[in-house]
Amino acid sequence: MGIYIFRRTLYAIALLFVISLVVFVLFSALPFDPASLTCGKNCTTEVIEANRIRLGYDLPMWEQYVKFLQGIFIGRDYGHGVASFTCPAPALGYSFFRQECVTSLLITALPPTIWLAIGSVTLWVGTGILLGIWAARRRGGAPDHIINVLTVFATSMPTFLTGQMALTFLIGKFGWIPPPDYYEPYQNFPKFFSTMFLPWIVLALPGLAIYARLTRGFVLETGSEDFVRTARAKGLPEKTILWRHTLRPALSPLTTLAALDLAFMLGGAVVTEKIFSIPGLGRLTIQSVIQYDLPVIVGTTILAAAFIVVANLIVDILYSVIDPRVRLK
Amino acid sequence: MSYLEVKDLRVAFPTDDGLVQAVDGVSFNIERGKTLGIVGESGSGKSVTSLAIMSLLNRKHAIISGEVIIEGKNLITADEETVRSYRGHEMAMIFQDPMSSLHPFFSVGDQVAEAYKVHNDVSDEKAFDHAIQMLDRVGIPEPAKRASDFPHQFSGGMRQRAMIAMALCNDPSLLIADEPTTALDVTVQAQILSLIKDVQKEFNSAVIVITHDLGVVAEVADDVMVMYAGRVVERGTVNDIFYRPEMPYTVGLLSSAPRLDQVSDRLIPIEGQPPSLLRLPAGCSFAPRCFAKSHVNGDACDTTMPELLQTRPGHDVRCHLESSARISVAKQRLAGEN
Repeated sequence: MGIYIFRRTLYAIALLFVISLVVFVLFSALPFDPASLTCGKNCTTEVIEANRIRLGYDLPMWEQYVKFLQGIFIGRDYGHGVASFTCPAPALGYSFFRQECVTSLLITALPPTIWLAIGSVTLWVGTGILLGIWAARRRGGAPDHIINVLTVFATSMPTFLTGQMALTFLIGKFGWIPPPDYYEPYQNFPKFFSTMFLPWIVLALPGLAIYARLTRGFVLETGSEDFVRTARAKGLPEKTILWRHTLRPALSPLTTLAALDLAFMLGGAVVTEKIFSIPGLGRLTIQSVIQYDLPVIVGTTILAAAFIVVANLIVDILYSVIDPRVRLK
Repeated sequence: MSYLEVKDLRVAFPTDDGLVQAVDGVSFNIERGKTLGIVGESGSGKSVTSLAIMSLLNRKHAIISGEVIIEGKNLITADEETVRSYRGHEMAMIFQDPMSSLHPFFSVGDQVAEAYKVHNDVSDEKAFDHAIQMLDRVGIPEPAKRASDFPHQFSGGMRQRAMIAMALCNDPSLLIADEPTTALDVTVQAQILSLIKDVQKEFNSAVIVITHDLGVVAEVADDVMVMYAGRVVERGTVNDIFYRPEMPYTVGLLSSAPRLDQVSDRLIPIEGQPPSLLRLPAGCSFAPRCFAKSHVNGDACDTTMPELLQTRPGHDVRCHLESSARISVAKQRLAGEN
């Protein structure tokens, strides 16, 4: 078991290195000169060249990558003398545009995205599973059909449409919900909640259908298994049969999916964050793209990839806990 | 008074192609301490009968009528909660495939303990201790250690022992074993059968063993009921059925199976296939396959379903043929002649 986790972890770390390399190479290959992007239109060649040296863009590419990796582990110093500055480890680069280390930008933008991701994923996984169970129990009945239609409808609506409509009508025209004004939950919870409420729902809608459909399928399929008949033959109440015996086998696939969905959401919800002015990773990403702020884009990309890799690692380990047949001796 | 009375039990499944009458008017009684063997081919209605007794058929998909009376209580008309309190407590069931019948995600001990806990107000620890005792009782070595194992870590025979432990943990008065040995190795089959016999003696329960294997019936049953196409075609003591069979179908079953206690030249299979329950023959369901049909005058076999009538006390047969004629036809057939 320990060896298994160890091997999985090594594998994940190796994967992260490969990802960082690919991302780094891709962005270095872009037809932009990162040094000339560091100052506006009226820029002298001297300033550009000075920045090039200061930010290390004059070095050969492999050396840039080595410095980049070094920065992650031991931090990175830029320039010399009075104009020098340091990004402490784990440094993912320096945004000349924002005059800030990428890591500190990411750390500032992370909490709103985390709240957004946790809230919406919980909402869509929870509601999806409940709807799926309900549909399965009323198979062929009205709830089954209604849930089917509604979930397809919800999936077909892109967030830029639902989000924009929510903003225009619920916040703008009717004024039922105050305009978004982001605060951290521990600073001002009512404002936090009223800001996040709509984005949670908007983000949750498309995900609902997948969980509802999957759960419905699982409940119907497992419901006809012999071991469910055994549970009934023991005289267990229907509630126990459903929640303990029927849904238990669905736990591994649903956990896997939910963990990966959460990891994906932690990478930032670009459209929703933009619409509802949430200062998260998604908004940071889209702003950086518009501003050609390459170091930040590299940083957010690697962070998003890291979430996925770590989620996969956690899922692998969870699997052996959830399913005794996978449990290794 | 009989412990279990089944009266005119009928189960039908509506399908897109029509109504499938899986069980058609089955009646029998069974006392505590006795074992009834129900024999028949696939689709003869034997499993559906047992599931109907346990009320394990989904009422949404099955039309059930008749009576299943346990000590005066009719379970067919009882409410779900009453039936639930009987299941696993008064009556318990062992299924054919112990691998798929055990939950793959819970330890064997937990599963047995759960069956005990649901009918007894005890702590989890107490229930688990009881489970270990039951596992010990059914012959699982090192039960305290093996109780925390999962079904996939058990062998086939051990799994069926665990199923039996689960079924017996509330000391049920009725035990139904649906093909309990079919999925097991031959060497293990005998162990499981003798275990069922032992626990029956110990708990003095009524046992119904459902099987297509005549060897199993000969081993454990006191009485035997032969089913064909949803109906009982012959019923009697185990000696009646094995030594004085009268219904041609029973005779056909016996002559198609090897026996150690009688010399016969060859095995004679029953021709043809069991009829589709959607398109039963107009007369006797067995008529299209019956080798004794030529001995019946007229076309009674093809037009009317014979009644299940007593031929001797405790021995009932469903056949148009006269009793004496049935016996002589049966003797010829069992001697290996057509």
